[in-house]
Amino acid sequence: AEMAAARLGENRLVSLPLSRIRVIMKSSPEVSSINQDALFLTAKATELFVQYLASYSYKHGRGKEKNALTYTDLSHTAEECETFQFLADILPKKILASKYLKMLEKEKQDGEVGEDDEEVQEEEDEDE
Amino acid sequence: LPDGVNISKEARSAISRAASVFVLYATSCANNFAMKGKRKTLNAGDVLSAMEEMEFQRFMVPLKESLEVYRREQKGKKEARKDKDKKADSEEQDKSQEEDNEEEDERMEEEEPNDEEEVDN
Repeated sequence: AEMAAARLGENRLVSLPLSRIRVIMKSSPEVSSINQDALFLTAKATELFVQYLASYSYKHGRGKEKNALTYTDLSHTAEECETFQFLADILPKKILASKYLKMLEKEKQDGEVGEDDEEVQEEEDEDE
Repeated sequence: LPDGVNISKEARSAISRAASVFVLYATSCANNFAMKGKRKTLNAGDVLSAMEEMEFQRFMVPLKESLEVYRREQKGKKEARKDKDKKADSEEQDKSQEEDNEEEDERMEEEEPNDEEEVDN
């Protein structure tokens, strides 16, 4: 019911649900209203973007050695490719929790507070 | 991606977040163009301009092509609705494209599946 698809069957014009895209767009306070065409284009552009991000990361990363698209490859893309730099904050590099704790210790000793508290992720095994 | 490539839960979740951020960034950018044009409603041109601004020129051609198909399909639906529902005037259609009224929008979204059923092929 959420799929406001423009066609029936497998050849949907866009595969992301328009209603969900609309919710995200409307969460921006400055936006008052959205034309139907603009909603469609945004959904379509997001679809293209996801394909681009995934294929770029796969191509330029090491995950393909194991036939996988990994978080690390995505994170590298955000960090290294200018086009995707706006994603850098939400795709942070991972460090070992132990390393992070040591960093915190050191910063406490130096009398400074770490800024990146919320961005660190623990390393996980990606082979599922 | 090539067939059979595995995508971990972590990577999936990352892509999902990235998509949301993309929508926000694109919307904000498109909104700037709308404001420049002194308009309150985001339109297709604003989104396309945003893509250029964000350096996704590679999307331009596929987007424009999809948009054309979408518009044709919407027009087809509108004509089908006209027969059944006299108030599908083109001005009304423009108004219903704006989101002043959440209810109207929901109704539009609900109607679409019905339309598919009712159109005679």
